[in-house]
Amino acid sequence: MTGTALLFLVLGLGLVAWIVGRARAATFVRAAKGGPRGQVNSLPSYHGWFVAVCAVVPAVLFMFIWQSVSPALVTNMVLSAPVASDLPQDGFSRAAILSEARAIAQGLQTTAFQAQSEKLAPLYKDALSYYSWIGMAGTLVLLFAGGAFAFTRLKPDFRARNKVERLVMLGLLFASLLAIITTLGIFASLIFESYQFFSMVSPFEFLFGTDWNPKSVVTPGANNGYGAIPLFWGTIFIGAIIAMLVAIPLGLMSAIFLTQYASTNVRKWMKPILEILAGVPTVVYGYFAALTVAPAIRDFAVMLGVSNAASDNALAAGIVMGVMIIPLVSSMSDDSIAAVPNAMRDGSLAMGATKSETIKQVLLPAALPGVVGGVLLAVSRAIGETMIVVMAAGYTANLTANPFDTITTVTVQIVALLTGDQDFGSPHTLAAFALGLALFVTTFFLNYVALRVVKRYREAYE
Amino acid sequence: MSLCAWSNAIVKHMNNATIDPTPTDWNGVVMQKRIAKRYAAERRFKAMGFFAVALSTLFLAFLLFTMLGQGLRGFQRTEIAVEFDFPALTSGATAASITGPNADTTLNSMDIPGIVELAVSQQYGEQGGELLTSAAAANVRQKLADNPQLVTAKQTLWLPADSRLDVAYKRAGEPAAEKTVATLEQKDALRSGFNWTFLTGADATDPSAVGIWAAFKGSLMTMAITLLLAFPIGVFAALYLEEYAPKNKLTDMIEVSINNLAAVPSIIFGLLGLAVFLTMFGMPRSSALVGGLTLALMTMPVIVIAGRNAVKSVPPSIREAALGIGASPVQVVFHHVLPLALPGILTGTIIGMARALGETAPLLMIGMRAFIPSAPQGFTDAATALPVQIYLWSDEVNQGFVEKTSAAIIVLLIFLLGMNALAIYLRNRFETRW
Repeated sequence: MTGTALLFLVLGLGLVAWIVGRARAATFVRAAKGGPRGQVNSLPSYHGWFVAVCAVVPAVLFMFIWQSVSPALVTNMVLSAPVASDLPQDGFSRAAILSEARAIAQGLQTTAFQAQSEKLAPLYKDALSYYSWIGMAGTLVLLFAGGAFAFTRLKPDFRARNKVERLVMLGLLFASLLAIITTLGIFASLIFESYQFFSMVSPFEFLFGTDWNPKSVVTPGANNGYGAIPLFWGTIFIGAIIAMLVAIPLGLMSAIFLTQYASTNVRKWMKPILEILAGVPTVVYGYFAALTVAPAIRDFAVMLGVSNAASDNALAAGIVMGVMIIPLVSSMSDDSIAAVPNAMRDGSLAMGATKSETIKQVLLPAALPGVVGGVLLAVSRAIGETMIVVMAAGYTANLTANPFDTITTVTVQIVALLTGDQDFGSPHTLAAFALGLALFVTTFFLNYVALRVVKRYREAYE
Repeated sequence: MSLCAWSNAIVKHMNNATIDPTPTDWNGVVMQKRIAKRYAAERRFKAMGFFAVALSTLFLAFLLFTMLGQGLRGFQRTEIAVEFDFPALTSGATAASITGPNADTTLNSMDIPGIVELAVSQQYGEQGGELLTSAAAANVRQKLADNPQLVTAKQTLWLPADSRLDVAYKRAGEPAAEKTVATLEQKDALRSGFNWTFLTGADATDPSAVGIWAAFKGSLMTMAITLLLAFPIGVFAALYLEEYAPKNKLTDMIEVSINNLAAVPSIIFGLLGLAVFLTMFGMPRSSALVGGLTLALMTMPVIVIAGRNAVKSVPPSIREAALGIGASPVQVVFHHVLPLALPGILTGTIIGMARALGETAPLLMIGMRAFIPSAPQGFTDAATALPVQIYLWSDEVNQGFVEKTSAAIIVLLIFLLGMNALAIYLRNRFETRW
């Protein structure tokens, strides 16, 4: 029986438990009517929920734990068999044989490429079915035990509602804690893999080296081509310089025009249209940048007389990324301009200043912290953007400030390092996690500062 | 300068200044010039703002028109008329023999690829086999299975052309292909038809045989997992944080985590999925299950933030009234607050799901970039998603893939627009102003 089928069986039995518990409580209600003992404490459906939760939750928990534990148990059982003793000692080829045998046993693969895996396949099949039977039996036993335990506790004065509500609160708390767990999970996995990477390649080379040409076999102490400075520079050049040169003026001026000058009708139509720019998937932007913008820019550069203009130039990726960011800058500026007290604007207008003078000399200086916060968020968004640069910017690390040249970024290299056929422990894969850690820390810092700045600014005017 | 010295200076200044008793002459030449200059600056500034909005809109229009212009061709295919003398080619198969339960085996034994090749080379010469796409034989087989009567007589079937001819017929292609197209057009043997394969098929190496159904189904399955996980968890977390959470360190940490997760680059979630779901838990690589889990982690904070705003906008009087007639805190929230906040939560959820539907980078990390020649059957099968398929096709060298990529983009954009329109409709239809 597959895991999905078992899950549905458990849920179906949970429904049965709910019905049984509810029916039991309904008999209390009938008995209590006109009887001397007064009312039943909780509504019948709460009794039903109590029984169902007690039956299903432990069973499902057991199922998931078993799902993650049983593969190791299965492998142990196969390895302890006498046939497995002549397996190669080398960990890699051993793992390859085992995974092939497993695939055959599960029916994912029909022919064996290695003789030994064919011998192991029936063993695997036995072990798999043995442990899946144990898992199924355990799940069902827990389900019935939980249900029976809950059922025996049902009494007219049993506080089923309080119990169920306490469980609901626990569920809500757990759902909220998932956010912390995810953050910690990201942090822990990045740190763990990066630690392994830095035990092979020195952090000094990674952070300050200027040569990015990652070798798949590393020698400690030597230069292994893991100098990430060109990547950091490329990320900053495309995401924080070119993209911002496009996004800040256009976004800020759009916000000013739409909030200060445009009529209500124009604003009603133009704002959603600008929002569409933020809703277009990045893969579409990337395709557009690579297919339409980049060749046009290269031709333009050749016309200007730039001889080494690349077709995957930094400018195309940066400009398109900037356009993608416009709505973000625009809406953040919009919010912070709207937060400036009206008295300041009215005062300036009353002194005879024109609208543009009021905006430039009163509103913008007052709204500056909010705008800066928005720009920081935009930068963090731009440097983490992946698809546009993967498709439009290049793969060659290049320490140059020439926007017509090809430049690579951190995210491009993460994709490039992980999409080869490397196994998980290789320095290429681990380097991707080290780059990911650098990216995560940077964006975390930028977001934190940006949110602080915006919050401070809001409070200043409240 | 001390305060005293400062006031002395003012007094001195006032004594020295000769006060001009006449008021400012606003109509004077100097003043008029100054005002004209200021108004010109005002107009320039306004024009700059208009220019910024116009430029952004133009860019969007340019992007959409480019995609439409290229992509609409992707929904068409070029077909070539091929005459089949079925009685001779199949050595006397009857309509009865390819109907009923044995139809499949009979069709399989008929060597349809050979028949097609023979028919084409009879009509268009030795090189004829290269005119048709690799899927032409499957096409003929389908036609025979649908209508067994075809086999009894001579038939002219329109079959999809090879991608080089397809490109040459629609726009400029290779010179050799252009020449072939010209000769075929003289014989009146070319036409354009709607490319159903594109909507029903899967990935292929030949651009004239590709389809998006497999990728689309992969996207749907991924989204199903995402919704199933992110929606309840997001709503529960929003309810807890807005309604029950005590003000303490833990709550602060949860809030910081959620705000941070909403801004973490999506590729980082891909790295998390790779390290945790694939490597640690050993879940099947490139499956819709892992894709859905990864995107659920990414979508959850969006739903939490939207949900909190929706819950916050339910007025306290509702809660107080419910508490007043004896509802427990849990009953207040689940019977009264949640139903009222649900439209807002749903709007946020749809917007979050639209973002997840367009997401590519995390799916690349967990290996959903495999070549998928048939639609996935289960949640653990190797699958790909629509945006990833777009990325993969955009990497192809073959010219025929350009229009297919744009056509797939059109399909993706239509779905995203539809989801956003639904969100706006929900917001307008059910939004209550208290």
